Amino acid sequence: MDGIHDLGGMQGFGEVGYSPAEPVFRRRWEAVARALLVVVAGAVKASGGEFRHSIERMEPGHYLTSSYYEHWLTAAATLAVEHGLVTHSELEARAGGWFPLSGPVLAPPVVDVSPDVDRPRFDVGDRVRVREWHPPGHTRCPGYIRGKNGTVVRVDGIHSVPDIEAHGTARRREPTYSVRFDAADLWRDGQRGVRVHVDLWDSYLERS
Amino acid sequence: MSVGGHHPAPASPVEQRVAALEALLTERGLVPAGFIEEITRRYESEIGPMNGAKVVARAWVDPQYKQRLLADGTAAIAELGFGGPEGDHMVVVQNTPGIHNVIVCTLCSCYPWPVLGLPPAWYKDPPYRARMVREPRTLLAEMGCPLPDDVEIRVWDSSAEVRYLVLPERPPGTEGMTEAELADLVTRDSMIGAARL
Repeated sequence: MDGIHDLGGMQGFGEVGYSPAEPVFRRRWEAVARALLVVVAGAVKASGGEFRHSIERMEPGHYLTSSYYEHWLTAAATLAVEHGLVTHSELEARAGGWFPLSGPVLAPPVVDVSPDVDRPRFDVGDRVRVREWHPPGHTRCPGYIRGKNGTVVRVDGIHSVPDIEAHGTARRREPTYSVRFDAADLWRDGQRGVRVHVDLWDSYLERS
Repeated sequence: MSVGGHHPAPASPVEQRVAALEALLTERGLVPAGFIEEITRRYESEIGPMNGAKVVARAWVDPQYKQRLLADGTAAIAELGFGGPEGDHMVVVQNTPGIHNVIVCTLCSCYPWPVLGLPPAWYKDPPYRARMVREPRTLLAEMGCPLPDDVEIRVWDSSAEVRYLVLPERPPGTEGMTEAELADLVTRDSMIGAARL
């Protein structure tokens, strides 16, 4: 989905709140939220794609104004409700008030997929173009490279396609590649001497 | 209420929500005893940038190890005993006088847990994720890492299964140091590529 999480290249966020040292968890609730997501993801057997998509479906205003561990809490609660471990009203009763969950899945569940793709279609050095599509569900193809041309610099292993695994029990595995883009090809104001590499599944790409 | 009595701060809304979910999951028998404490302890004391620093120091003193590390990061890192979730497919990218590498995850916050631990807050927040792929030269300078114009910047957006570790350059004047002393010099941010040593 073209969600708020897809931040690459967005403008107006200002300075990075940079600190060279900070505690792993600033408050105990952060550690608890983190652990509870591990608990829920294990109990409902959520794939990495389903877990990430449960964060991506957060209401955009909530996403931008809450910290990383609040994202994890919201994901844990959303998955727990969607898989029937708890109900939303139970959560709100216990919390003594509003308990925001992520929005609904927009994509239909994937029940039937084509076979695994075992052999890479592309080699190191090949020019490729990123398909310009806008899937309503989970994807790991960032918006800022869609329709752009790049060069394959590494062929990685065969991995489960997130766009499929996020929406059901079906799985398809495909090769992944690291693709290099010149900043000048990505941005009108691309900085000199900058190359951006994005790791992409086979079906996100076509021959340039 | 007496003066000086114990007044714990009231729980914030997010703390109340965490407590609510924890209580409901615990009542359903889904939270093993001690699980939260154990997972917290592991990431606070065992899994962190001190692991990555050992990998970097070994690569600095042992050219054959460095060769293996650049060829197969996962296997070479496992030689030092590090591996696991978010570290199953490691690629190590090497800084040189003419090339500076930096890692980011624009879509979420992917990060090589076994060697760097859990990511710092700024790595996960929107400004870093939005800007590092668009204006890395400006952003690195703002973060205290200005680079000459003739240094190529290679940004690695961790969007699939590979997790990256930056191998920083060994600082000059460290020739006589032991591997352990060298590891003490290696910072978390130098292995993200947000700083140089």
